[in-house]
Amino acid sequence: MLQDKKVIALGERDGISGPAIAACVEAAGGTVVFVATECFV
Amino acid sequence: MDLQSQEAILRLSETHGPANLLVLIGAPDPEAAEISAETVVLGDPAYAGALAGAQLGLDVYHVLEDAVRQDVPDDVWEAQIGVMADILEADALGAAVAGMREQKPT
Repeated sequence: MLQDKKVIALGERDGISGPAIAACVEAAGGTVVFVATECFV
Repeated sequence: MDLQSQEAILRLSETHGPANLLVLIGAPDPEAAEISAETVVLGDPAYAGALAGAQLGLDVYHVLEDAVRQDVPDDVWEAQIGVMADILEADALGAAVAGMREQKPT
């Protein structure tokens, strides 16, 4: 599913961070085009 | 969702085309996950950011959904996600995001 996809990684501070999502995507062959770690309040 | 993120997503959608993008959410609770998913599918429900009224219909998943998990090598998953996969309620998170995914405009 992630292979060759352009992925937006919208992480969250209290959940899974953006860089952690991005690392998973890259390992699965996807391309990360945006990374953020938000703080939902 | 942060206003800067909304602006970036709108710009990426214009650059790459909505059909070529996939959004992965890492929110810790179903409510937050649903709001993030709604923002990239139907537009910003708070009408505060660049995605207000923008029905981009982006493909969106929570990172803990099985469809994502099975694509990631085990060692990378353990290192990056690890115990969070056990702490967070993956089924409820996935259901919240899937509910919005199904409302994608046709």
